[in-house]
Amino acid sequence: MSTLEIKDLHASVTTEDGPKEILRGVNLTVRAGETHAIMGPNGSGKSTLAYAIAGHPKYEITSGEVLLDGENVLDMTVDERARAGLFLAMQYPVEVPGVSMANFLRSAATAVRGEAPKLRTWVKEVKGAMNDLDIDPDFADRSVNEGFSGGEKKRHEVLQLALLKPKIAVLDETDSGLDVDALRVVSEGVNRYREGGETGVVLITHYTRILQYIKPDHVHVFAAGRVVESGGPELADDLEKNGYERFVRAAGAAV
Amino acid sequence: MTEVVSGLAPELKGAKRGSGIVPEASAGERFQSTDVEAFEVPGGREENWRFTPMKRLRGLHDGTAMFAGTAAVSVTETDGVTVETVGRDDSRVGQAGIPADRVAAAAWSAFREATVVTLDGTPEPVTVTVDGPGAGESAALHLQLRTTPHTEATVVLVQRGSGVLADNLEVVLADGSRLNLVVTDEWADDAVHVAAHHLSIGRDATLRAIAVSLGGDLVRVSPTVRYAGPGGDAELLGLGFADAGQHLEQRLLVDHAVPNCKSNVLYKNALQGVKGTTNAHTVWIGDVLIRAAAENTETFEFNRNLVLTEHARADSVPNLEIETGEIAGAGHASATGRFDDEQLFYLQSRGIPEDVARRLVVRGFFGEILQRLPTPELRERLEAAIEAELAIAGA
Repeated sequence: MSTLEIKDLHASVTTEDGPKEILRGVNLTVRAGETHAIMGPNGSGKSTLAYAIAGHPKYEITSGEVLLDGENVLDMTVDERARAGLFLAMQYPVEVPGVSMANFLRSAATAVRGEAPKLRTWVKEVKGAMNDLDIDPDFADRSVNEGFSGGEKKRHEVLQLALLKPKIAVLDETDSGLDVDALRVVSEGVNRYREGGETGVVLITHYTRILQYIKPDHVHVFAAGRVVESGGPELADDLEKNGYERFVRAAGAAV
Repeated sequence: MTEVVSGLAPELKGAKRGSGIVPEASAGERFQSTDVEAFEVPGGREENWRFTPMKRLRGLHDGTAMFAGTAAVSVTETDGVTVETVGRDDSRVGQAGIPADRVAAAAWSAFREATVVTLDGTPEPVTVTVDGPGAGESAALHLQLRTTPHTEATVVLVQRGSGVLADNLEVVLADGSRLNLVVTDEWADDAVHVAAHHLSIGRDATLRAIAVSLGGDLVRVSPTVRYAGPGGDAELLGLGFADAGQHLEQRLLVDHAVPNCKSNVLYKNALQGVKGTTNAHTVWIGDVLIRAAAENTETFEFNRNLVLTEHARADSVPNLEIETGEIAGAGHASATGRFDDEQLFYLQSRGIPEDVARRLVVRGFFGEILQRLPTPELRERLEAAIEAELAIAGA
């Protein structure tokens, strides 16, 4: 059973005017079997948190720790983090022309599993996972994310989640830009991934809509670069009714 | 040189004829000669030399290369393959075309004997190997590949070794014949190679050519396609990998002067530079000319470049001239993309190590060319060579 611990994490991004601090002391612990929703207004730094955990080179960690089962994730390269069991479903998945989805998925599975999956079972596995997400089999031959619609990209992020089976998955606004049908399909995919109770999910979202499909155990409000309030699912209902206004004001006063 | 020009509008009366370089009105009007002295020594600002680092040509362009060395040619002879060594007076020499620049003319003026390989029937794949003259040496070479009518053949021309080589390669396809031709530049790091390819496509003949540029310090290849009769079909594919300091230049001209012919050009280059060294540089010039007589022509040319790192430069100049409206189709395109940090991050975030990520992208990029190589052995060898190129600068 895995645990992701984020302790007093500070991160900044380089701008023309010098480094700008975006994460200002994030504390969060996610255990296997738990789903944490992180909600916050635009610009609060919640996507930065996702990228910082994954190791995007744009963000510099200035202090704090991220531990996966006690191991310091921040000492690892991006690919080592993924092989250690972290996964980031991106808000804007990147197009990689020339690399077919099939080749990409197999290379990723080979890297994460430590050996190339057996071809016969692999083909079946991929077909099944694509079918679960209503993805046309033709997509296997297309270049990674190239020319995919927003919804197609999100389905493929969840497809990777299903095939790579990480210990902890961070989903960065996986719901944004999805119509209701796509949201349902994607949510079902996430629920299948977490149904064994051995994986942890961090669900970053701006809207409460996806929480009707993916029920969180914990809800955190993120503002001005840190978690400013934590609670149960009822906190999401409060946000739905009253918005982020009071948190933004309180966080602004604290800064 | 400076006579008064007559017949001008009144306000231009008294204008003198210019003494500068007259721009070529059309790619098809290139000056051609087998005599090196008929060409001015290029200074590097001329249109057809402006991308080439003249200082690295080792004197091929200015008469200081002595051509005292020898580039050995060997041919695997099987049934249906005839190899002859002939003098420049042989009537077949020049049948596919003659030089359009000074280096090609220098090679033509300097070669001592030409090698003519005639393919007849359906011979087994033939390998022709050219070995460079060796470090510090320069050589001129003349090679002709020709088919008899309705022959179907495959030729792999491997060019390797050290030194400086200028050559003319003639390909003469007889009516109804079909040639799969692979030409590889697999030179050592010091080598300089400047080649003119004269490709003559007979009536209803088909050329499937793949040019692979991997090694060498400076490699400049100028293929010219001409159709000797209607119904000809030429496919020119290219694959280049330029690493730090390498200059790879491809200058193509497809001259459609007869009706009902096809041409399809696809060249793909990857570039990988290293900080603190000369840029990796590729140059692709794709000229297609459809003359008034060339009705029902179908042509497409495409250049794609993949820039893998900083310190790399890809120049790409597609150019299509159409003198008739009666064509089946004509198009050209060029696209240069960068393998960027975001793509690398995405692949790595799925557990794929950086070197594997780079390989995935390059393999994917070259895949459509590599899969058309005629034999699995060649495909494997060139794939391995590309992986080796990646490993050099991948550190």
